[in-house]
Amino acid sequence: MHRFANPAQFNRLADAVMPWAMVATVLLFGAGLYYALAGSPPDYQQGESVRVMYVHVPAAWMGMFVYVVMAVASFAALAWRHPLALLAGKAAAPIGATFTALALITGALWGKPMWGTYWVWDGRLTSVLVQFFLYLGYMALWKSMEDEEKAGNAASILALVGLVNIPIIKFSVDWWSTLHQPASVMRLDGPTIDGAMLVPLFLMAAAYQVYFTVVFIWRMKFEINNRKLSVMRSVDMGH
Amino acid sequence: MAEFLDMGKHAVFIWTAYGFSAAALVVLALRSRASQKASEEQVAAARARRKGDN
Amino acid sequence: MSAQPSVSSVFVALVRRDMALAWSQGGASLLALGFFLIAVSLFPFGVGPEPQILARIAPGVIWVVALLACVVSLDRLYQADYEDGSLDDLTLSPLGLVGVAGAKVLAHWLSTTLPLAIAAPALAVLLNLPDAGYPVLVASLLIGTPALSLIGSIGASLTVAVRRGGVLMFLLILPLYVPTLIFGVGAVDAAVTMSDPLPHLALLAATTLVATVVGLAASAAALKLAME
Repeated sequence: MHRFANPAQFNRLADAVMPWAMVATVLLFGAGLYYALAGSPPDYQQGESVRVMYVHVPAAWMGMFVYVVMAVASFAALAWRHPLALLAGKAAAPIGATFTALALITGALWGKPMWGTYWVWDGRLTSVLVQFFLYLGYMALWKSMEDEEKAGNAASILALVGLVNIPIIKFSVDWWSTLHQPASVMRLDGPTIDGAMLVPLFLMAAAYQVYFTVVFIWRMKFEINNRKLSVMRSVDMGH
Repeated sequence: MAEFLDMGKHAVFIWTAYGFSAAALVVLALRSRASQKASEEQVAAARARRKGDN
Repeated sequence: MSAQPSVSSVFVALVRRDMALAWSQGGASLLALGFFLIAVSLFPFGVGPEPQILARIAPGVIWVVALLACVVSLDRLYQADYEDGSLDDLTLSPLGLVGVAGAKVLAHWLSTTLPLAIAAPALAVLLNLPDAGYPVLVASLLIGTPALSLIGSIGASLTVAVRRGGVLMFLLILPLYVPTLIFGVGAVDAAVTMSDPLPHLALLAATTLVATVVGLAASAAALKLAME
Protein backbone atom coordinates (compact mmCIF):
# COMPACT_ATOMS: atom_id res chain seq x y z
CA MET A 1 0.00 0.00 0.00
CA HIS A 2 2.72 2.43 0.94
CA ARG A 3 4.28 1.78 -2.42
CA PHE A 4 1.64 4.12 -3.80
CA ALA A 5 2.17 6.79 -1.17
CA ASN A 6 4.31 8.65 -3.62
CA PRO A 7 2.25 10.49 -6.28
CA ALA A 8 5.03 10.03 -8.85
CA GLN A 9 4.80 6.28 -8.38
CA PHE A 10 1.02 6.37 -8.68
CA ASN A 11 1.31 8.41 -11.86
CA ARG A 12 3.80 5.94 -13.38
CA LEU A 13 1.50 3.02 -12.65
CA ALA A 14 -1.54 4.93 -13.90
CA ASP A 15 0.20 5.89 -17.13
CA ALA A 16 1.15 2.26 -17.71
CA VAL A 17 -2.41 1.02 -17.13
CA MET A 18 -4.24 3.85 -18.89
CA PRO A 19 -3.85 2.94 -22.59
CA TRP A 20 -4.82 -0.69 -21.97
CA ALA A 21 -7.80 0.33 -19.85
CA MET A 22 -9.02 2.76 -22.51
CA VAL A 23 -8.77 0.20 -25.30
CA ALA A 24 -10.45 -2.42 -23.12
CA THR A 25 -13.28 0.00 -22.28
CA VAL A 26 -14.02 0.65 -25.95
CA LEU A 27 -13.78 -3.01 -26.98
CA LEU A 28 -15.80 -4.36 -24.04
CA PHE A 29 -18.54 -1.77 -24.43
CA GLY A 30 -18.66 -2.53 -28.17
CA ALA A 31 -18.96 -6.28 -27.68
CA GLY A 32 -21.17 -5.92 -24.59
CA LEU A 33 -23.65 -3.60 -26.29
CA TYR A 34 -23.81 -5.85 -29.36
CA TYR A 35 -24.68 -8.91 -27.28
CA ALA A 36 -26.95 -6.93 -24.96
CA LEU A 37 -29.07 -5.42 -27.72
CA ALA A 38 -28.82 -7.79 -30.67
CA GLY A 39 -26.71 -10.89 -30.08
CA SER A 40 -28.80 -12.43 -27.30
CA PRO A 41 -32.33 -13.86 -27.35
CA PRO A 42 -35.26 -12.24 -25.53
CA ASP A 43 -36.21 -13.96 -22.28
CA TYR A 44 -39.06 -16.43 -22.59
CA GLN A 45 -40.86 -14.76 -19.68
CA GLN A 46 -39.66 -11.16 -19.72
CA GLY A 47 -39.36 -10.75 -23.46
CA GLU A 48 -37.13 -7.92 -24.64
CA SER A 49 -37.28 -6.20 -21.22
CA VAL A 50 -34.54 -8.51 -20.02
CA ARG A 51 -32.12 -6.27 -21.95
CA VAL A 52 -32.44 -3.64 -19.21
CA MET A 53 -30.65 -6.13 -16.96
CA TYR A 54 -27.41 -5.66 -18.91
CA VAL A 55 -27.16 -2.02 -17.82
CA HIS A 56 -28.92 -2.42 -14.50
CA VAL A 57 -27.02 -5.24 -12.83
CA PRO A 58 -23.48 -4.01 -13.70
CA ALA A 59 -24.38 -0.55 -12.37
CA ALA A 60 -25.66 -2.07 -9.13
CA TRP A 61 -22.55 -4.24 -8.75
CA MET A 62 -20.26 -1.30 -9.41
CA GLY A 63 -22.17 0.91 -6.97
CA MET A 64 -21.30 -1.58 -4.22
CA PHE A 65 -17.78 -2.28 -5.49
CA VAL A 66 -16.87 1.41 -5.57
CA TYR A 67 -18.32 1.86 -2.09
CA VAL A 68 -16.02 -0.87 -0.79
CA VAL A 69 -13.08 0.75 -2.62
CA MET A 70 -13.99 4.05 -0.97
CA ALA A 71 -14.27 2.43 2.46
CA VAL A 72 -10.92 0.61 2.11
CA ALA A 73 -9.29 3.88 1.03
CA SER A 74 -10.93 5.62 3.99
CA PHE A 75 -9.58 3.01 6.36
CA ALA A 76 -6.08 3.37 4.93
CA ALA A 77 -6.37 7.14 5.20
CA LEU A 78 -7.38 7.00 8.87
CA ALA A 79 -5.18 4.13 10.02
CA TRP A 80 -1.93 5.04 8.26
CA ARG A 81 -2.41 8.74 7.60
CA HIS A 82 -2.06 7.95 3.95
CA PRO A 83 -2.56 11.15 1.92
CA LEU A 84 -3.17 9.41 -1.42
CA ALA A 85 -5.75 7.11 0.15
CA LEU A 86 -7.72 10.13 1.32
CA LEU A 87 -7.74 11.43 -2.26
CA ALA A 88 -8.62 7.99 -3.63
CA GLY A 89 -11.85 8.00 -1.65
CA LYS A 90 -12.66 11.50 -2.85
CA ALA A 91 -11.95 10.52 -6.47
CA ALA A 92 -14.05 7.35 -6.30
CA ALA A 93 -17.18 8.78 -4.64
CA PRO A 94 -18.77 10.63 -7.61
CA ILE A 95 -18.23 7.59 -9.84
CA GLY A 96 -19.86 5.30 -7.29
CA ALA A 97 -22.73 7.74 -6.79
CA THR A 98 -23.30 7.79 -10.57
CA PHE A 99 -23.36 3.97 -10.76
CA THR A 100 -25.77 3.79 -7.82
CA ALA A 101 -28.08 6.41 -9.33
CA LEU A 102 -28.05 4.50 -12.62
CA ALA A 103 -28.86 1.26 -10.81
CA LEU A 104 -31.89 2.96 -9.22
CA ILE A 105 -33.09 4.60 -12.46
CA THR A 106 -32.64 1.56 -14.69
CA GLY A 107 -34.15 -0.61 -11.95
CA ALA A 108 -37.26 1.57 -11.95
CA LEU A 109 -37.44 1.35 -15.75
CA TRP A 110 -37.17 -2.42 -15.51
CA GLY A 111 -39.66 -2.64 -12.68
CA LYS A 112 -42.43 -0.83 -14.53
CA PRO A 113 -42.90 -3.43 -17.29
CA MET A 114 -42.04 -6.36 -14.97
CA TRP A 115 -43.76 -5.57 -11.67
CA GLY A 116 -46.17 -2.95 -12.96
CA THR A 117 -44.59 -0.25 -10.79
CA TYR A 118 -41.49 1.89 -10.91
CA TRP A 119 -40.74 1.50 -7.25
CA VAL A 120 -41.48 -0.78 -4.32
CA TRP A 121 -40.19 -0.15 -0.82
CA ASP A 122 -38.56 -3.51 -0.37
CA GLY A 123 -35.26 -4.19 1.35
CA ARG A 124 -33.11 -4.19 -1.77
CA LEU A 125 -34.38 -0.93 -3.25
CA THR A 126 -34.35 0.81 0.12
CA SER A 127 -30.82 -0.25 1.02
CA VAL A 128 -29.49 0.82 -2.40
CA LEU A 129 -31.22 4.18 -1.94
CA VAL A 130 -29.50 4.46 1.45
CA GLN A 131 -26.19 3.73 -0.29
CA PHE A 132 -26.86 6.61 -2.68
CA PHE A 133 -27.55 8.93 0.28
CA LEU A 134 -24.31 7.75 1.93
CA TYR A 135 -22.38 8.75 -1.20
CA LEU A 136 -24.10 12.16 -1.10
CA GLY A 137 -23.29 12.59 2.59
CA TYR A 138 -19.64 11.63 1.98
CA MET A 139 -19.30 14.19 -0.81
CA ALA A 140 -21.16 16.86 1.19
CA LEU A 141 -18.84 16.36 4.17
CA TRP A 142 -15.79 16.83 1.92
CA LYS A 143 -17.20 20.15 0.81
CA SER A 144 -18.29 21.30 4.26
CA MET A 145 -14.97 22.38 5.74
CA GLU A 146 -12.19 24.63 4.57
CA ASP A 147 -9.55 22.41 6.13
CA GLU A 148 -9.37 19.68 3.46
CA GLU A 149 -7.77 17.12 5.72
CA LYS A 150 -10.35 17.52 8.47
CA ALA A 151 -13.13 17.30 5.91
CA GLY A 152 -11.59 14.18 4.40
CA ASN A 153 -11.16 12.53 7.78
CA ALA A 154 -14.78 13.16 8.75
CA ALA A 155 -15.96 11.86 5.38
CA SER A 156 -13.79 8.75 5.81
CA ILE A 157 -15.41 7.93 9.15
CA LEU A 158 -18.84 8.24 7.53
CA ALA A 159 -17.73 5.91 4.72
CA LEU A 160 -16.65 3.30 7.28
CA VAL A 161 -19.88 3.61 9.29
CA GLY A 162 -21.86 3.19 6.06
CA LEU A 163 -20.06 -0.07 5.35
CA VAL A 164 -22.75 -1.66 7.58
CA ASN A 165 -25.11 -1.12 4.66
CA ILE A 166 -23.20 -3.34 2.21
CA PRO A 167 -24.20 -6.72 3.72
CA ILE A 168 -27.74 -5.34 4.10
CA ILE A 169 -27.86 -4.71 0.34
CA LYS A 170 -26.38 -8.12 -0.37
CA PHE A 171 -28.77 -10.11 1.78
CA SER A 172 -31.82 -7.86 1.63
CA VAL A 173 -33.43 -10.07 -1.01
CA ASP A 174 -33.35 -13.04 1.36
CA TRP A 175 -34.31 -11.12 4.49
CA TRP A 176 -37.20 -9.06 3.19
CA SER A 177 -38.56 -11.02 0.24
CA THR A 178 -41.31 -12.56 2.34
CA LEU A 179 -42.31 -9.28 3.95
CA HIS A 180 -42.63 -6.72 1.21
CA GLN A 181 -41.78 -7.85 -2.23
CA PRO A 182 -44.43 -9.61 -4.29
CA ALA A 183 -43.25 -12.63 -6.24
CA SER A 184 -41.07 -11.23 -8.98
CA VAL A 185 -39.41 -12.50 -12.07
CA MET A 186 -36.16 -10.89 -11.02
CA ARG A 187 -34.15 -13.78 -9.72
CA LEU A 188 -30.46 -13.94 -10.37
CA ASP A 189 -29.63 -16.64 -7.88
CA GLY A 190 -27.49 -19.15 -9.64
CA PRO A 191 -28.66 -21.33 -12.50
CA THR A 192 -32.07 -19.70 -13.05
CA ILE A 193 -30.35 -17.39 -15.49
CA ASP A 194 -29.73 -18.64 -19.00
CA GLY A 195 -26.22 -18.98 -20.41
CA ALA A 196 -27.08 -16.84 -23.42
CA MET A 197 -27.76 -13.97 -21.01
CA LEU A 198 -24.57 -14.45 -19.02
CA VAL A 199 -22.42 -13.46 -22.02
CA PRO A 200 -23.77 -9.90 -22.40
CA LEU A 201 -24.07 -9.56 -18.62
CA PHE A 202 -20.43 -10.37 -17.95
CA LEU A 203 -19.20 -8.37 -20.96
CA MET A 204 -21.07 -5.31 -19.72
CA ALA A 205 -19.89 -5.87 -16.14
CA ALA A 206 -16.29 -6.02 -17.38
CA ALA A 207 -16.86 -2.88 -19.47
CA TYR A 208 -18.16 -1.01 -16.41
CA GLN A 209 -15.16 -2.19 -14.43
CA VAL A 210 -12.53 -0.91 -16.89
CA TYR A 211 -14.58 2.27 -17.41
CA PHE A 212 -14.27 2.82 -13.66
CA THR A 213 -10.49 2.30 -13.84
CA VAL A 214 -10.14 4.94 -16.57
CA VAL A 215 -12.33 7.58 -14.93
CA PHE A 216 -10.89 6.85 -11.50
CA ILE A 217 -7.34 7.51 -12.78
CA TRP A 218 -8.45 10.79 -14.35
CA ARG A 219 -10.11 11.94 -11.16
CA MET A 220 -7.19 10.77 -9.04
CA LYS A 221 -4.74 12.78 -11.16
CA PHE A 222 -7.04 15.78 -10.88
CA GLU A 223 -7.05 15.51 -7.07
CA ILE A 224 -3.26 15.04 -6.92
CA ASN A 225 -2.73 18.10 -9.13
CA ASN A 226 -5.07 20.14 -6.96
CA ARG A 227 -3.13 19.08 -3.88
CA LYS A 228 0.12 20.08 -5.60
CA LEU A 229 -1.33 23.47 -6.54
CA SER A 230 -2.50 24.21 -3.01
CA VAL A 231 0.91 23.23 -1.62
CA MET A 232 2.63 25.52 -4.13
CA ARG A 233 0.25 28.31 -3.26
CA SER A 234 0.88 28.00 0.47
CA VAL A 235 4.65 27.95 -0.14
CA ASP A 236 4.37 31.10 -2.26
CA MET A 237 2.33 32.78 0.46
CA GLY A 238 5.15 32.01 2.88
CA HIS A 239 7.59 34.17 0.87
CA MET B 1 -32.24 -1.68 -38.42
CA ALA B 2 -35.94 -1.09 -37.83
CA GLU B 3 -36.16 -4.58 -36.43
CA PHE B 4 -33.22 -3.85 -34.15
CA LEU B 5 -34.82 -0.69 -32.79
CA ASP B 6 -38.16 -2.42 -32.32
CA MET B 7 -37.98 -3.91 -28.84
CA GLY B 8 -41.61 -4.85 -28.62
CA LYS B 9 -44.12 -3.14 -26.38
CA HIS B 10 -41.53 -2.24 -23.74
CA ALA B 11 -39.18 -0.44 -26.15
CA VAL B 12 -39.59 2.89 -24.35
CA PHE B 13 -38.34 1.49 -21.06
CA ILE B 14 -35.39 -0.29 -22.64
CA TRP B 15 -34.18 2.66 -24.67
CA THR B 16 -34.69 5.09 -21.78
CA ALA B 17 -32.60 2.85 -19.51
CA TYR B 18 -29.80 2.62 -22.08
CA GLY B 19 -30.10 6.35 -22.81
CA PHE B 20 -29.78 7.38 -19.17
CA SER B 21 -26.84 5.02 -18.66
CA ALA B 22 -24.98 6.19 -21.74
CA ALA B 23 -25.60 9.87 -21.04
CA ALA B 24 -24.51 9.68 -17.39
CA LEU B 25 -21.37 7.64 -18.07
CA VAL B 26 -20.30 9.79 -21.05
CA VAL B 27 -20.86 13.06 -19.17
CA LEU B 28 -18.99 11.79 -16.10
CA ALA B 29 -16.06 10.62 -18.23
CA LEU B 30 -15.83 13.83 -20.26
CA ARG B 31 -16.03 16.05 -17.19
CA SER B 32 -13.43 14.01 -15.31
CA ARG B 33 -11.11 14.12 -18.34
CA ALA B 34 -11.59 17.87 -18.84
CA SER B 35 -10.89 18.78 -15.21
CA GLN B 36 -7.85 16.49 -15.19
CA LYS B 37 -6.43 18.21 -18.29
CA ALA B 38 -7.14 21.68 -16.89
CA SER B 39 -5.40 20.82 -13.62
CA GLU B 40 -2.43 19.43 -15.54
CA GLU B 41 -2.08 22.76 -17.35
CA GLN B 42 -2.42 24.74 -14.13
CA VAL B 43 0.38 22.75 -12.52
CA ALA B 44 2.60 23.28 -15.58
CA ALA B 45 1.86 27.02 -15.56
CA ALA B 46 2.57 27.30 -11.84
CA ARG B 47 5.88 25.49 -12.30
CA ALA B 48 6.85 27.79 -15.17
CA ARG B 49 6.03 30.85 -13.05
CA ARG B 50 8.21 29.65 -10.22
CA LYS B 51 11.14 28.99 -12.58
CA GLY B 52 10.71 32.55 -13.86
CA ASP B 53 10.78 33.97 -10.32
CA ASN B 54 14.06 32.33 -9.37
CA MET C 1 -1.22 18.14 42.75
CA SER C 2 -4.83 17.30 43.25
CA ALA C 3 -6.11 13.77 43.41
CA GLN C 4 -7.27 12.35 40.08
CA PRO C 5 -11.10 12.24 40.07
CA SER C 6 -12.52 8.79 39.50
CA VAL C 7 -13.88 7.83 36.09
CA SER C 8 -17.40 7.29 37.36
CA SER C 9 -17.57 10.63 39.16
CA VAL C 10 -16.47 12.51 36.03
CA PHE C 11 -18.98 10.53 33.97
CA VAL C 12 -21.85 11.30 36.34
CA ALA C 13 -20.87 14.96 36.59
CA LEU C 14 -20.78 15.28 32.80
CA VAL C 15 -24.18 13.60 32.40
CA ARG C 16 -25.66 15.91 35.05
CA ARG C 17 -24.18 19.03 33.54
CA ASP C 18 -25.42 18.20 30.04
CA MET C 19 -28.91 17.33 31.30
CA ALA C 20 -29.11 20.58 33.21
CA LEU C 21 -28.04 22.47 30.11
CA ALA C 22 -30.57 20.64 27.94
CA TRP C 23 -33.42 21.54 30.30
CA SER C 24 -32.31 25.10 30.98
CA GLN C 25 -33.77 28.15 29.31
CA GLY C 26 -33.35 27.79 25.55
CA GLY C 27 -32.16 24.21 25.96
CA ALA C 28 -32.74 21.65 23.27
CA SER C 29 -35.11 19.32 25.14
CA LEU C 30 -38.20 21.49 25.34
CA LEU C 31 -37.69 22.61 21.76
CA ALA C 32 -37.54 19.01 20.56
CA LEU C 33 -40.65 18.14 22.56
CA GLY C 34 -42.49 21.14 21.13
CA PHE C 35 -41.41 20.20 17.61
CA PHE C 36 -42.64 16.64 18.19
CA LEU C 37 -46.05 17.86 19.36
CA ILE C 38 -46.59 20.40 16.60
CA ALA C 39 -45.25 18.31 13.71
CA VAL C 40 -47.43 15.30 14.64
CA SER C 41 -50.53 17.47 14.92
CA LEU C 42 -49.95 18.76 11.37
CA PHE C 43 -50.65 15.34 9.87
CA PRO C 44 -54.44 15.32 10.41
CA PHE C 45 -54.52 18.54 8.38
CA GLY C 46 -52.31 17.04 5.71
CA VAL C 47 -54.00 13.69 5.18
CA GLY C 48 -57.47 14.53 6.44
CA PRO C 49 -59.16 13.75 9.78
CA GLU C 50 -60.63 10.31 8.90
CA PRO C 51 -60.01 8.14 11.98
CA GLN C 52 -59.19 4.99 9.95
CA ILE C 53 -56.51 6.71 7.91
CA LEU C 54 -54.97 8.32 11.00
CA ALA C 55 -55.01 5.00 12.85
CA ARG C 56 -53.23 3.33 9.93
CA ILE C 57 -50.44 5.91 9.74
CA ALA C 58 -50.13 6.69 13.47
CA PRO C 59 -47.12 4.41 14.25
CA GLY C 60 -45.16 5.63 11.26
CA VAL C 61 -45.95 9.31 11.83
CA ILE C 62 -44.97 9.17 15.49
CA TRP C 63 -41.72 7.33 14.76
CA VAL C 64 -40.73 9.56 11.85
CA VAL C 65 -41.43 12.77 13.73
CA ALA C 66 -39.63 11.42 16.82
CA LEU C 67 -36.46 10.87 14.82
CA LEU C 68 -36.73 14.26 13.14
CA ALA C 69 -37.16 15.86 16.58
CA CYS C 70 -34.07 13.98 17.72
CA VAL C 71 -31.94 15.36 14.87
CA VAL C 72 -33.27 18.87 15.52
CA SER C 73 -32.01 18.63 19.10
CA LEU C 74 -28.58 17.25 18.17
CA ASP C 75 -27.32 20.43 16.58
CA ARG C 76 -25.07 21.51 19.43
CA LEU C 77 -24.41 18.16 21.14
CA TYR C 78 -20.64 18.57 20.84
CA GLN C 79 -20.29 21.92 19.14
CA ALA C 80 -20.54 24.23 22.17
CA ASP C 81 -17.88 22.25 24.04
CA TYR C 82 -15.75 22.06 20.91
CA GLU C 83 -15.84 25.80 20.31
CA ASP C 84 -15.11 26.95 23.87
CA GLY C 85 -12.33 24.38 24.28
CA SER C 86 -13.90 22.37 27.09
CA LEU C 87 -13.86 19.31 24.84
CA ASP C 88 -10.04 19.48 24.92
CA ASP C 89 -10.16 19.47 28.73
CA LEU C 90 -12.57 16.56 28.73
CA THR C 91 -10.22 14.60 26.47
CA LEU C 92 -7.56 14.82 29.15
CA SER C 93 -9.93 13.56 31.85
CA PRO C 94 -9.70 9.88 32.80
CA LEU C 95 -12.91 9.24 30.85
CA GLY C 96 -11.32 9.21 27.42
CA LEU C 97 -13.22 10.24 24.34
CA VAL C 98 -15.39 7.13 24.22
CA GLY C 99 -16.46 7.87 27.78
CA VAL C 100 -17.15 11.51 26.95
CA ALA C 101 -19.27 10.48 23.97
CA GLY C 102 -21.04 7.90 26.13
CA ALA C 103 -21.85 10.44 28.83
CA LYS C 104 -23.10 12.99 26.34
CA VAL C 105 -25.25 10.45 24.51
CA LEU C 106 -26.70 9.18 27.79
CA ALA C 107 -27.51 12.75 28.85
CA HIS C 108 -29.09 13.43 25.45
CA TRP C 109 -31.18 10.29 25.67
CA LEU C 110 -32.35 10.98 29.24
CA SER C 111 -33.09 14.65 28.64
CA THR C 112 -34.41 14.70 25.07
CA THR C 113 -35.31 11.42 23.35
CA LEU C 114 -36.70 9.59 26.39
CA PRO C 115 -39.27 12.39 26.97
CA LEU C 116 -40.36 11.89 23.35
CA ALA C 117 -41.07 8.22 24.13
CA ILE C 118 -43.05 9.25 27.22
CA ALA C 119 -45.06 11.87 25.31
CA ALA C 120 -45.81 9.52 22.41
CA PRO C 121 -48.97 7.88 23.85
CA ALA C 122 -50.63 11.27 24.21
CA LEU C 123 -49.96 11.97 20.54
CA ALA C 124 -51.12 8.47 19.62
CA VAL C 125 -54.50 9.37 21.15
CA LEU C 126 -54.73 12.34 18.79
CA LEU C 127 -54.01 10.01 15.87
CA ASN C 128 -56.54 7.40 16.97
CA LEU C 129 -54.04 4.56 17.43
CA PRO C 130 -55.86 1.28 18.21
CA ASP C 131 -55.62 0.22 21.87
CA ALA C 132 -53.44 -2.80 21.14
CA GLY C 133 -50.71 -0.51 19.83
CA TYR C 134 -49.97 1.52 22.97
CA PRO C 135 -47.78 -0.83 25.04
CA VAL C 136 -45.72 -1.79 21.99
CA LEU C 137 -45.44 1.85 20.85
CA VAL C 138 -43.90 2.79 24.19
CA ALA C 139 -41.77 -0.37 24.30
CA SER C 140 -40.46 0.18 20.78
CA LEU C 141 -39.60 3.80 21.56
CA LEU C 142 -37.89 2.84 24.82
CA ILE C 143 -35.77 0.26 22.98
CA GLY C 144 -35.21 2.33 19.86
CA THR C 145 -34.63 5.88 21.11
CA PRO C 146 -31.13 5.08 22.47
CA ALA C 147 -30.21 4.16 18.89
CA LEU C 148 -31.52 7.54 17.73
CA SER C 149 -29.25 9.37 20.20
CA LEU C 150 -26.28 7.10 19.42
CA ILE C 151 -26.52 7.34 15.63
CA GLY C 152 -27.24 11.05 15.96
CA SER C 153 -24.04 11.41 17.93
CA ILE C 154 -22.13 10.20 14.85
CA GLY C 155 -23.58 13.00 12.74
CA ALA C 156 -23.06 15.59 15.46
CA SER C 157 -19.41 14.63 15.93
CA LEU C 158 -18.68 14.53 12.19
CA THR C 159 -20.03 18.05 11.72
CA VAL C 160 -18.54 19.46 14.93
CA ALA C 161 -16.07 21.63 12.99
CA VAL C 162 -18.66 22.75 10.41
CA ARG C 163 -19.95 26.19 11.21
CA ARG C 164 -23.49 25.69 9.94
CA GLY C 165 -23.79 21.92 10.01
CA GLY C 166 -27.49 21.67 10.85
CA VAL C 167 -28.83 20.74 7.42
CA LEU C 168 -25.78 18.61 6.60
CA MET C 169 -26.48 16.63 9.76
CA PHE C 170 -29.94 15.69 8.49
CA LEU C 171 -28.36 14.39 5.27
CA LEU C 172 -25.82 12.31 7.20
CA ILE C 173 -28.05 10.93 9.95
CA LEU C 174 -31.45 10.24 8.39
CA PRO C 175 -30.28 7.45 6.04
CA LEU C 176 -28.64 5.72 9.02
CA TYR C 177 -31.97 5.85 10.91
CA VAL C 178 -33.74 3.67 8.33
CA PRO C 179 -33.27 0.27 10.10
CA THR C 180 -34.37 1.68 13.47
CA LEU C 181 -37.45 3.17 11.84
CA ILE C 182 -38.36 -0.02 9.96
CA PHE C 183 -38.14 -2.26 13.05
CA GLY C 184 -39.78 0.29 15.36
CA VAL C 185 -42.79 0.85 13.13
CA GLY C 186 -42.87 -2.85 12.25
CA ALA C 187 -43.34 -3.75 15.92
CA VAL C 188 -46.25 -1.35 16.42
CA ASP C 189 -47.89 -2.37 13.14
CA ALA C 190 -47.60 -6.00 14.20
CA ALA C 191 -49.29 -5.28 17.54
CA VAL C 192 -52.09 -3.35 15.83
CA THR C 193 -52.74 -6.17 13.37
CA MET C 194 -52.68 -8.73 16.22
CA SER C 195 -49.53 -10.50 15.12
CA ASP C 196 -46.40 -11.04 17.18
CA PRO C 197 -44.33 -7.86 17.69
CA LEU C 198 -41.49 -9.66 19.48
CA PRO C 199 -39.32 -10.45 16.42
CA HIS C 200 -39.43 -6.76 15.46
CA LEU C 201 -38.55 -5.68 18.98
CA ALA C 202 -35.65 -8.15 19.04
CA LEU C 203 -34.29 -6.75 15.78
CA LEU C 204 -34.77 -3.25 17.16
CA ALA C 205 -32.77 -4.18 20.26
CA ALA C 206 -30.05 -5.62 18.02
CA THR C 207 -29.98 -2.35 16.07
CA THR C 208 -29.54 -0.43 19.33
CA LEU C 209 -26.68 -2.71 20.36
CA VAL C 210 -24.87 -2.27 17.04
CA ALA C 211 -25.52 1.48 17.25
CA THR C 212 -23.92 1.51 20.72
CA VAL C 213 -20.67 0.00 19.50
CA VAL C 214 -20.46 1.78 16.14
CA GLY C 215 -21.87 5.06 17.43
CA LEU C 216 -19.51 5.50 20.36
CA ALA C 217 -16.44 4.36 18.42
CA ALA C 218 -17.19 6.56 15.40
CA SER C 219 -18.07 9.59 17.58
CA ALA C 220 -14.85 9.29 19.57
CA ALA C 221 -12.78 8.93 16.39
CA ALA C 222 -14.49 11.88 14.73
CA LEU C 223 -13.99 14.12 17.78
CA LYS C 224 -10.33 13.14 18.05
CA LEU C 225 -9.67 13.97 14.40
CA ALA C 226 -11.61 17.25 14.63
CA MET C 227 -9.51 18.46 17.57
CA GLU C 228 -6.12 17.90 15.93
